[in-house]
Amino acid sequence: MNLILFTFIVLLGFTSYYFGRKKAYTIQSTKKRLTALPQFYGYYLAIWCAIPAFIIFSLWAIFEPTIVKLLILSDYSNQGYLDDELNLLYEKSKALSRGQFTGEITPFIEASAEKYLSLRSIAQSSKVVIVLSAIIASVAYAYKRISSNSRTREPVEKFLNAVLFTASLAAILTTVGIVFSLIFQTIDFFKVIPLFDFVFGTHWYPAKAFVRDSSEALDPTMYSDTFGAVPIFAGTFFIAFIAMCVAIPIGLMSGIYLAEYASTKVRQYAKPLIEILAGIPTVVYGFFAALTVGPFLKELGTSMGLEVSAESALAAGGVMGIMIIPFISSLSDDVITSVPQNLRDGSYAMGATKSETIKRVIFPAALPGIVGSILLGVSRAIGETMIVVMASGLAANLTLNPLESTSTITAQIVVILIGDQAFGDPKTQAAFALGMSLFLVTLCLNIVALRVVKKYREKYE
Amino acid sequence: MRKNGVKMIKIKAKDVDVFYGKKQALFNISLDIEENQVTALIGPSGCGKSTFLRCLNRMNDVIDICSVKGEILINDFNINDKSCDVVRLREKIGMVFQKPNPFPKTLYENVSYGPTIHGMAQSKQEMDEIVETSLKKAALWEEVKDRLHEPGTGLSGGQQQRLCIARAISVRPEVILMDEPCSALDPIATAQIEELIDELKKEHTIIIVTHSMAQAARVSQNTGFFHLGQLIEHGSTDKIFKNPDNKKTQDYITGRFG
Repeated sequence: MNLILFTFIVLLGFTSYYFGRKKAYTIQSTKKRLTALPQFYGYYLAIWCAIPAFIIFSLWAIFEPTIVKLLILSDYSNQGYLDDELNLLYEKSKALSRGQFTGEITPFIEASAEKYLSLRSIAQSSKVVIVLSAIIASVAYAYKRISSNSRTREPVEKFLNAVLFTASLAAILTTVGIVFSLIFQTIDFFKVIPLFDFVFGTHWYPAKAFVRDSSEALDPTMYSDTFGAVPIFAGTFFIAFIAMCVAIPIGLMSGIYLAEYASTKVRQYAKPLIEILAGIPTVVYGFFAALTVGPFLKELGTSMGLEVSAESALAAGGVMGIMIIPFISSLSDDVITSVPQNLRDGSYAMGATKSETIKRVIFPAALPGIVGSILLGVSRAIGETMIVVMASGLAANLTLNPLESTSTITAQIVVILIGDQAFGDPKTQAAFALGMSLFLVTLCLNIVALRVVKKYREKYE
Repeated sequence: MRKNGVKMIKIKAKDVDVFYGKKQALFNISLDIEENQVTALIGPSGCGKSTFLRCLNRMNDVIDICSVKGEILINDFNINDKSCDVVRLREKIGMVFQKPNPFPKTLYENVSYGPTIHGMAQSKQEMDEIVETSLKKAALWEEVKDRLHEPGTGLSGGQQQRLCIARAISVRPEVILMDEPCSALDPIATAQIEELIDELKKEHTIIIVTHSMAQAARVSQNTGFFHLGQLIEHGSTDKIFKNPDNKKTQDYITGRFG
């Protein structure tokens, strides 16, 4: 029903566009000068068709269920039911009206279900009537306005402005909402676990929190030595560091090669090939690290008499580095290519060789962009989850030995949230606290990146 | 400069052809450039004068699809020969571009760039001297001596162009190529550069590509007129401007086409 109505309104919109434009042509044919191009007249009419429909639809969606519920429950208001019971009753009659009710059907519920159905159908038909009459009224009003050749361009432009503004507002509000949910859950977490224990504790063992029976009272002391985040922060930065050790040199050098040395033909094939690396899902990198690189490193280590864990930070970090190479390579390639040719010419004309030109002129000029691409790579390394979960294990060891296994913030969030979770439980809230810290770290990185870029910009432009 | 009344020829181009891919941009150019004189290359846009200029320090090497045929003798040495060391060549032949292109570095680093890559200074003191003399010769020293360590990109357009000239002369080149050096500048900055060119010709041979015939008449002693990839006429500036042999030259000079 709603779908039909919606389609009909869309058709009405198109029709009013058509009539608006036609009206404009009629006005034009009387040798009068139009105030805007004919299609603006059409858009104007279509907008006047869409706005009332949209407003009424949203009002209906917001208020219809509440009003229906009030009307149904008003029958029982004097019979001494509790609120909870009333709610249950209402849900039961709703289910019955849809034919999904399996329990015992009392006359009460049956009556309400019937009433519910009739109320809904009244609501539906009145919606149709109200929407259509509103559309007709507003389109008629708008048609009258364009008939007198009043302005249409400005309202249409304003409407577009408003639509775009709403879209960006939605994006911003979502972000703000997510951040606030993070903040509140994190605050709840720190009500149970002292901030000090979280930031400076060296023992991360959330499994301990899993054994709590939820019927028991919450006893904060049992969590001491459970949520010490130092090992996983250390693990996160350590693995990211290994990844960047792989990604920065290789990515940067291949970027420089592609931008400055590679012939057009090589570049034509090599660049897409490198960018394919960026298209491989991280899960694939994950099992590549866990099943190929990890065991390989272990064997290699054993043959050299080293003790290597099958799930080592080195395997995870190395593969993560490979994953990040295309970002750094592709971005720095773009940045280097965008250095103006006249700087290169100036340097070559002084008798500088290619490598001198790159080292002394192009690299410094491209530095802000290169730093930006590296920091972007670091953000990705810190936020990467799958590879670590699969290749570096879940035990949060505090270690700086790349041959041992260690864990990261993201991997621990996975550990905590896999399986049953209860809201309001410290172990779930721990995930929010970790998410919050991850967010703060990435935020700081981004701010630093922006600062660096800006500083160099000011200096060189 | 004349020695015993004989003009000294610095650069001798013989039958130079230039191709961009399959398209021929220069046809059979033969031109002698006199030492310590200013030679202006004039002609309508796209006539190949900049292409010819870029042949003289092999800047066309940078363009993949560009190939140069023929001989260009500088001090009787063919720079198109395989044995020619481009790094040494460009040390001897400096270039100033149409748009000022200072490096995104400090003023000091801009001027010391060439001497550094050619290993011309043994000490910081020597380098300071080179930077100072180059800036003085480029008539920029007085304006910038207190801010040598600020970025070169912070200067005005005319100052930037003089900085580029200082950069070019820092390695004491024998020849300076100028590719429309004033086209991005205002009249006052242009006048300063022209004055500078006059001064520089005492020590350097200068070849300047210009769109402004007034400029060619003001600064040059010799002029070559290019049209559609061919060198139509060349000779002393006086002659080209007052009494050209070729009708096309006459038409161009008098503004009848171009």
